[in-house]
Amino acid sequence: MVIFGQFLEVLISGLLAGVLYSLVALGFVLIYKASGVFNFAQGSMVLLAGLALVRALDFLVTKGFSFWAAVVVGLVFAATIMAITAWLVERFVLGPLINQDGLTLFMATIGITFILDGGAQMLFGSDVYPLPLFPSDAWFLLENAFPGGILVSKIDVFGGLIAAALVVGLALFFQRTKTGRALRAVADDHAAAQSVGISLNWIWFIVWLVAGLVALAAAMVWGTKLGVQFSITFLALKALPVLIIGGFTSVPGAIVGGLLIGAGEKLAEAYLGPAFGGGIEYWFAYVLALVVLLMRPQGLFGERIIERI
Amino acid sequence: MRTPGGPDVAVGDVLLSVKAVSLSFGGVKAVNDVSFDIRKGEIRAIIGPNGAGKTSMLNIINGFYHPQEGRITFKGKARSKMRPHEAAHGGIARTFQNVALFKGMSALDNIMVGRTLKMHRGILWQLVRSGPALTEEVEHRHRVEEIIDFLQIQAIRKVQVARLPYGMQKRVELGRALAMEPDLLLLDEPMAGMNMEEKEDMSRFILDVNNHFGTTIALIEHDMGVVMDLSDRVVVLDHGIKIADGTPDEVKTNQVVIDAYLGVAH
Repeated sequence: MVIFGQFLEVLISGLLAGVLYSLVALGFVLIYKASGVFNFAQGSMVLLAGLALVRALDFLVTKGFSFWAAVVVGLVFAATIMAITAWLVERFVLGPLINQDGLTLFMATIGITFILDGGAQMLFGSDVYPLPLFPSDAWFLLENAFPGGILVSKIDVFGGLIAAALVVGLALFFQRTKTGRALRAVADDHAAAQSVGISLNWIWFIVWLVAGLVALAAAMVWGTKLGVQFSITFLALKALPVLIIGGFTSVPGAIVGGLLIGAGEKLAEAYLGPAFGGGIEYWFAYVLALVVLLMRPQGLFGERIIERI
Repeated sequence: MRTPGGPDVAVGDVLLSVKAVSLSFGGVKAVNDVSFDIRKGEIRAIIGPNGAGKTSMLNIINGFYHPQEGRITFKGKARSKMRPHEAAHGGIARTFQNVALFKGMSALDNIMVGRTLKMHRGILWQLVRSGPALTEEVEHRHRVEEIIDFLQIQAIRKVQVARLPYGMQKRVELGRALAMEPDLLLLDEPMAGMNMEEKEDMSRFILDVNNHFGTTIALIEHDMGVVMDLSDRVVVLDHGIKIADGTPDEVKTNQVVIDAYLGVAH
């Protein structure tokens, strides 16, 4: 029983951590689907959103706002910053580079990364800012069944709830709204989408805006967990194996990929760790991604690649 | 359907005119000093051998290409640089030579996307699918179902278009263009790659669209029999230059046209 309880605890904490990886990966998938751009700047967008939120929050609280009022205003402020960023990126980077190939656009997003990193820290400061949005303690579940119960961190649970809400919201947006339908149309065929009256510039603004809002959600959770700080940008690197496993074009893939990696790395650490001398968590995701690349290059949920010769 | 062409253009008047238009890519002149017009309510064919500049011409009208010289007037207004989605706003719809559908979506959804410009309800209403957005969605679904009936594709409406045979894909693409209720419909080789029966079906649809809805149609086609049967007037391009313009009978007997198609002994 003790062994099973331990397994459950590791599995649950892994799955919940995986949800957080999925949050970052989602932002990549959205932009890649609609414009074929691999957005290297997604991690920096998380940093920018987080800094905007936490700094607005601190400012408002010192001005005498109640905490939750400040959170609401802070979220609106951060969302506005992400909207402005989306507009600037579309207007000055992607717009002029229309019809360039993928590598050019990828390089452009590397440029955007540095501008966002620098700009965000110049505007909002470069310290580590604690973001106490969610309680940081834990629940102990099923104490009757397992000695000591199963420890579940509250932050991770809130993160999971936010991710679930996001996925439902995005699914409804894509399925039901005119703009969502237009986004799917652009993802499938640029020329045809334009011919029915869809403006690519408008759609790209929307996509970057949605990716910005997903980054804000990720920043809320990761910021609470680690504090808002520069190292949050490295999350983008953790999202890469998630994308490779789930497929670059699949929203469910990003979720499942995140869960697999989160659970996989925690379980590997707990059960294989001793054999390797620990530290598996840091490389497990990348090795798993390599295996997937060798066996199924399009990812578990990606569109099948058909090469004609 | 609303009156095609709007109240300002009467049947038989010039709907779109192309004046002295030239387009070149680097050193290659794809279209060279071409002028012609499309009158409201007619079926206008653009024909010519391979590489004559037909598709380039369609792309110019549609806003995908911007000619270096010349002027285009649509509904009596001179057009400046216009992008494709703006042309769509103006009432120009089109199909593509190699079928450009939204492959991941069903036939129904593809045609529904054609209604994009006609939907105006707020995004929040659409998200919860209630109130005015629901009424609107139902209304547009209705229009789309009419088009589906018209094109006789009821059986495949829920099928993902990538799985449909080529002829059916072409039909769905026509449906998407019709869903826009355009004033001017551009068809780029609507019958390419079809068998005899499919060609006859498509010809019938094109004539019906023209007759019932009064939609002005400009089409590119290689099958001469089809062109001669369908069109009211034909413009012939060769190497980017207009070599003939007139009724099918006039064009058929034009020596320059015959030479362009068959080649001349030098």
